[in-house]
Amino acid sequence: MERQVAFIALFAALVAALGLMPQFMLPFGVPVSAQSLGVMMAGVVLGARRGALSMILFVVLVLAGLPLLAGGRGGLGVLAGPTVGFFLGWPFAAYATGLIVEKWGKGNLLIAGTFASIVGGIFVLYLLGVLGMAVRLDKSFMEAASMVLVFIPGDVIKAFVAGFVLQGIAKARPSALLSRG
Amino acid sequence: MLSLTVEQRSWMHRLPVWLKLLLLCLFTLVLWPLADWRLLLASCLPVVLLYASAGRYFAKLGAQRLKPVVYLVAIIFIYQVVTGRIEEGLAICLKIIATVSLANLVTMTSRLDDMMAVIETLAKPFHALGLPPRALGFAMGLVIRFTPLFLQRGTQLNQAWRARSPRRTSPRLLVPLALSAIDDADRVAEALKARGGLQNTKTKETQSDSAPQ
Repeated sequence: MERQVAFIALFAALVAALGLMPQFMLPFGVPVSAQSLGVMMAGVVLGARRGALSMILFVVLVLAGLPLLAGGRGGLGVLAGPTVGFFLGWPFAAYATGLIVEKWGKGNLLIAGTFASIVGGIFVLYLLGVLGMAVRLDKSFMEAASMVLVFIPGDVIKAFVAGFVLQGIAKARPSALLSRG
Repeated sequence: MLSLTVEQRSWMHRLPVWLKLLLLCLFTLVLWPLADWRLLLASCLPVVLLYASAGRYFAKLGAQRLKPVVYLVAIIFIYQVVTGRIEEGLAICLKIIATVSLANLVTMTSRLDDMMAVIETLAKPFHALGLPPRALGFAMGLVIRFTPLFLQRGTQLNQAWRARSPRRTSPRLLVPLALSAIDDADRVAEALKARGGLQNTKTKETQSDSAPQ
């Protein structure tokens, strides 16, 4: 119980720190915020339920007025902006990512983590994010989707990094992978 | 850690948080179905006046906080102009600016403690579903405490890499960063258990409440 709460809270803090940290450059020099990578990592390491709870905690704290989003943004204004679907989609993205890692049998964890992050952190997240944009901007789903397609290649790289992190943690602290029983 | 609340007090700081949240919801709901850009432009006026009423410094800070949204909205507007729907685009953009800036206003005039009290109240139904009463508040405190710590640790890892390698920082550094978070979580959990844990807090509290009488 205590361990669960500590993991949930500390991964929310990790996601916050990743958003405020500009130094992590991805391969090929894509200078993107690592925050959505943090969402994938939460799912991959914590598993479905705890990953989602961790992101709910993060969302709640941002809404309460902490500047934890990339670039120091936060507050209730996020809910009224066009990116609301992506923001509120984080718990769902972490849940889907975690679920796949939990159900993945034996086998390569790099592939498991990458695949899970692509499904959760890209498929599910963009589905909800684009829906939010479509509603906010009064556009069709396809039209809204065309506005964010440019970000997907960068996110595929992030998914690969999340898989790499999963593998690294599995080697160093196998007992800490709550997602793998 | 800094919160987005503006320290300089204004009359809006003194309003109860639930009232501000209620008004914000009402305003957003009223604005939602509007599609005429003239009406929406008019709706921006009271918001601007509210910002102005809190003083020059406050208004300036508010405009600064709105900047990222304005950039985003500008891109959307250009897109609308290109696709030949100027009036519709104007309405959408004004609506977003009005609602976001009013929501920001609530955040800027409400203390973090008060917001958290609202969250704790809203979370009460979940206690019946198994959320320990003290867990949420404790978890929120942990996030606030550990975010700057992880930020600092990430910076240190980054500097250590740069001091040893001519190449750019690699995302590989995320593994030690995540590991350090995991180890911290284990330590926090053990410290918590050693002090009676989360579940016991409730019974202890009732004991100490009755003790002085």
